[in-house]
Parts: sequence; C-alpha cells; structure tokens
Amino acid sequence: MIDKNQKIIDRNLDQKYKYGFTTNVEQIKFEPGLDEEVITKLSNIKNEPKWLLNWRLKAYKNWQKMKEPTWANIHYDPIDYQALSYYAAPKVKNRKNLDEVDPEILETYNKLGISLDEQKKLEGVAVDAVFDSVSITTTFKDELAKYGVLFCSFSEAVTEYPDLVKKYLGSVIPYTDNYFAALNSAVFSDGSFVYIPKNVKCPLELSTYFRINASNTGQFERTLIIADEGSEVSYLEGCTAPMRDENQLHAACVELIAHEDATIKYSTIQNWYAGDKNGKGGIYNFVTKRGKCAGDRSKISWTQVETGSAITWKYPSVIMQGNDSIGEFYSVAVTKNKQQADTGTKMIHIGKNTKSTIISKGISAGEGQNTYRGGVKILKNAENARNFSQCDSILIGDKCGAHTFPYIDVKNQTAKMEHEASTSSIGEDQLFYCNQRGINLDDAVSMIVNGFCKEVFEELPMEFAVEAKQLIEVTLENSVG
Amino acid sequence: MIKIKNLQVSIDEKDILKGIDLEIPKGEVHAIMGRNGSGKSTLANTLAGNEKFEVKNGSIHMNDVDITEMSVENRALNGIFVCFQYPVAIPGVSMAYFLRAAINAHFEHQGKEEMDAVEFLNKSKKILSELNLDDSFLKRSINDGFSGGEKKKSEILQLLALNPKFAILDETDSGLDIDALKTVANGVNKFNSKNNSTLIITHYERLLEYINPDVVHVMVDGKIKKSGDMSLAKEVEKKGYSWLLK
Repeated sequence: MIDKNQKIIDRNLDQKYKYGFTTNVEQIKFEPGLDEEVITKLSNIKNEPKWLLNWRLKAYKNWQKMKEPTWANIHYDPIDYQALSYYAAPKVKNRKNLDEVDPEILETYNKLGISLDEQKKLEGVAVDAVFDSVSITTTFKDELAKYGVLFCSFSEAVTEYPDLVKKYLGSVIPYTDNYFAALNSAVFSDGSFVYIPKNVKCPLELSTYFRINASNTGQFERTLIIADEGSEVSYLEGCTAPMRDENQLHAACVELIAHEDATIKYSTIQNWYAGDKNGKGGIYNFVTKRGKCAGDRSKISWTQVETGSAITWKYPSVIMQGNDSIGEFYSVAVTKNKQQADTGTKMIHIGKNTKSTIISKGISAGEGQNTYRGGVKILKNAENARNFSQCDSILIGDKCGAHTFPYIDVKNQTAKMEHEASTSSIGEDQLFYCNQRGINLDDAVSMIVNGFCKEVFEELPMEFAVEAKQLIEVTLENSVG
Repeated sequence: MIKIKNLQVSIDEKDILKGIDLEIPKGEVHAIMGRNGSGKSTLANTLAGNEKFEVKNGSIHMNDVDITEMSVENRALNGIFVCFQYPVAIPGVSMAYFLRAAINAHFEHQGKEEMDAVEFLNKSKKILSELNLDDSFLKRSINDGFSGGEKKKSEILQLLALNPKFAILDETDSGLDIDALKTVANGVNKFNSKNNSTLIITHYERLLEYINPDVVHVMVDGKIKKSGDMSLAKEVEKKGYSWLLK
C-alpha cells in the first residue's frame, strides 16, 4: 500500500498549473539593480510628492543595514537583489479608460476568470487589477463613490488623497519593521487603496487581483485599507503568475486600520506559481500583513488559503489596541512537491477584553514542508484577554513534514489562553471506509481534506469558498493511491 | 452468490484465517459466531478487500466472478457492503454529503444519472424515521462524536440507502441497548430479500433471535468448526464455546 501510494504521489507531481501562461505586451522595464537613483526614478515616474520619495529613501537606507531573516523553517539560495528589475509596466497612454488598455492584458484577465468589463462583472464584487508593477484599472469606482467609499490604485491615492496616505502609510508596518517590509517600503510600485467612511457598510466586496507577468522582476505591492468609525468592509485578493524557471520575488505589505466599531474582513486566495516537481522556479512570497484594531470594539479578520508559491513566508497579524476589539486568523496552507510554507499569525493584545481566535490547517503532500508559526502576546494592561488557538496538520504520504511553533507571552494574569494542536496522516482507515462505500481515492481525499478545512472555508465570502474548495481539489488530485 | 474456498489470511505475518470454506446462496442469511480473536473481523475485512490483510491462499467468488484480487472500491461498486464494528470518523464531512457521494458513485457505476437532492432527501428521511433518527442526523459529521448506538444506526442507514447485493454485519449488535438492538434488527430484516445475501458476525445469539438466520456457523481459531441452524446458536449461548475447542 505504501509503495503504491508513493508511486501515485510521484505521478501526481506533473500537476498542471492552469494560470502559467505569459502575456506578450510591450513594456517599460527598469534595468536590473537597486540604488537611490533607481528609487528616485521610480518615484519620479509615478509623479510622487517629495515626502514620499524621502520616506522611500529612508526605508532603503534602513534596509541596507538590515539582515535577511534566517529564523524561518525555509531553505533557498541567496537572493541577488541587484539582479532584479524593480519596475515593469505595460505601455499604456492613459490607464483611466479601459478602451486604451492593451487588449492582450484584458484577455489575460479574462483567461484568469476576472472580467474588467463592468457589464460582465462578477456579481457584487469590485476589482482592482494589478499587472506587474501597476494597477490596470479599478471597476465600479463610480458606484462606490456614491457611498463615499474610496477604492483605487495606491498610486492614484497618493495623488488624489495624499493626506490619508500620509497619515496612515507605515502606521501599522513601519519601514523599520523587518527586512522585506523595509525593501517593500523603498521600492513598492502599486497596490490598492481603500477608505470606508464613517458608518458605511461597503455595498460591494472589494478585491484586488495581482498578476506577475514580466520575467526577472520583483512584485512589491502595497495595500492600505482604512475603515473609519462604525464602517464595514470585506476585501479579497487573488494572485497568479506565469510558469518560469527562475524564482521570482514577491514582497508585499498590507496595512489595515479599523477605527471604533469598524470591521475589516480580509481574505486571500494565493495561487502563485509553485515551481515544478523538482522545485525549479516558483514565486518567493515574502509578505508582511498586519492590521490594527485602533478603536474600541473594532474587529479585523484574516482568512487565507495558501496553495501556491515555492516559498511562503507570511504572518498576517492583528494589534488589538482598542478595548473589546477582536482579532481573527483562519488559514489553510497546502504544500506539495518541494513547496515550503512558514506561515501563521501574531495576535497582540493591548486593550482590555480583547479576544483573538486562530484556526490554522496545514496540509502537506509530496515533499512539501508546512510550518505553523504563531505568536500570542498579552500585554500588561490587557485585562481579561482571551485567545483560542487551534493548529491542525494533515500529512499525505511519507516524504512531507508538518511543524508547529507556538509562541505565547502573557504579561497579565487575567488572560485566558487555549491551545489545541493535532497532526495526523490522512487516515488509511478513512480512505478504506470511503472506498468501501464505492467512493474513489481522489474523491475521498478531497472529501477528507475539505472536511478538514471546513472551519476556514466557512469564513470565506460565498463565491470564493467554492473557488477555494475547487483549488484544493485540483491541487491534491492524485496525491494518494 | 458468495463462494469462499480454502481462504487463508494473515496480518503482519501472523496467520489468522486458516482455511475458510463458506457458501452463501442468494436470498440466504448466514451467521458466524465465535470468540474474540477467532478471526471473525478478519473475514469481514478480507471480504471487503482491506489491503492490510494478506490473502495467502484460497479464493473468493461472487456470482462466479473471482474477486480475490479486486480493489475495495470495485467490490463495493459490485455490491459488497460492510457494516463496520468501529466505523471511522471523518470530521467536517456531513452524513448527507458522504451518503450522497456514495449513492452517486454507485449510480455512476451502473450508468445511471445522479440522484437529485430532493429525491435523496426524501429517501434518506424515510430511512431515518425507520431507524428512529432525527433528520438533523444528516447534517452531522460522519461518525464524529456519535454514540455507540448512533454509529451502528448510521451503518444501517447506509446499508438501506445503498441496498447492496451482499451485506456483512461485523458485530453490529455490540454495545447496543435492547431498544437500539431491535431497531437495528428491524433495519436488517427490511434489507434482507430473496435478491441479496447477508452474513452476520457476532459473539451472541441475541441479535440472531430477531433476524433468524438460515444457517449458523461457529468459527474457532480461523476455521469454521461447526455449522447448523438456529439451534446451534442457542446451544452456543447456553454452553459457551469451550466444548467446540476440542
């Protein structure tokens, strides 16, 4: 049985990645290399104000003094940051009008199942489409404007709403935070910006679709979401990239700010190219995501389904500053072939009666290595803080690994913490039981894994829960025999 | 229907079944009684095709087709069903989802269209009420946190929904109170017909009183030691197994 399992696991690994195509489009691309001149050129191309260029340059100086972190349970050859190009953009005269966008790019998004044509839009979802270093278009802007909701590319926000950007940029993730956040602060090129005014419940799901197309470039996007008092927003990001033999770097920063009584729900379906079965190629996904529950009774909830990337290094976190604020993290991470994921969260309790929930589900197949790393910190004044953590791992086959590193730091005696963890092989007994009822192996595996992930999928917006479920099914097809 | 010839089975190099010969014609209900460790559950698992059990010798035929080497899934699709003694839990997978997937796998194999949701619900609700189970049972994760009685009823629910050609009940009576035992027995009687066969594996004759099998076998140390009718079951109940060990 084991031998047969292994054979079929091995066979699965020429798994097709259906988003691996490349778009041929005329582009403006910087020569590889990074120095102050490159950053200044980048800032100039985007017509940025002086303060932002200065901020970038400070971040760059800071980055130069920093060391790439080595504490994560991931292994890769050193990245040559001078060999990367820090800006690639399709040539477009005026991006404000969809008619002037290169039809190749529109076709790309169609192939990805994202229509940028509002007539054929996905019901109730507004999209910001980011292609390499720039935002192509944002749908439903006018519709959203009626509610006072600002949803646009980051570059546009810098020009149109400089006060908001200046006030909040770096307020949750300062450029001194970590190596990759510092790099991102220096060279970020675009991303999404969202502002929800007081007491507005955002009428549409907002979403950003990130696509890396150009070769030898890094994608460094920056997303900033501000939910003012009593407002509510649900935001989703999706990501894909062509299949390329070289590794590509993606180092993003996402900052969320929730004021009093505001709620932000941020969901990610990450399906970057994962590399081939020998571990050649694939995206290095080094991402810093953090939310601040600034006001009382505010809530930030992260949900992520991570199936792609050669390497994932990502810890969406919540700082619960306001009293009675809530932080949540729901995660499904799948690694197969030679994929490595080191992911988890940090929950920082500052305010009184703050509450956090962590549900993490790791699935490893092939030679995949899956690490959960989670920190819960309860500070001195966080009276009656509560945390519940549950980390479950499932192993498919006998060459993969699951690792759990929980860090707990409690400075207030009234805190209540619960931690549950489990690791199990996908049970031969479970498979046998399904088979005995006539259900074949692939269906049985996807049924068992989907059951395992159920608590997380339930947190996703409806349309995306279906997508996530299918994505897991395709990813794990033929992984057991 | 089922013909087992000189079946020898081992697990982890330990011989468990040491030459079983058994024939169960269509329309008959047979019972196998035996002590713990006599090989009863090994027989159930081997008939289902569980690969942990190695067939060293002998053969299993179903309707004159040799199924000794057939996969678990294909045996199931060809009509073999086991009511497990300890059915495994699958957290997060609802009874409804699981049962519908199983039914549709059978339908697909038979070249039939998928059963639609309404028909499925009507069918399952009818069986549930026969088993004194609430409709909400369908929403629960399969065998996850089920009581002993619920697990056994869940197996009978699947038996009635899939309506196989050959059912094997592995100690379905163990751990049941008298009411649950009657309910389960009624379920089995409902299933039994002239078109299918049933093999009941048990320690006690209690369940057999309600089902009244055509033939009773006693298994000792991996072999069928004695066969007879219901009176053999009663004799075993009265005298135990030791007189058969000689």
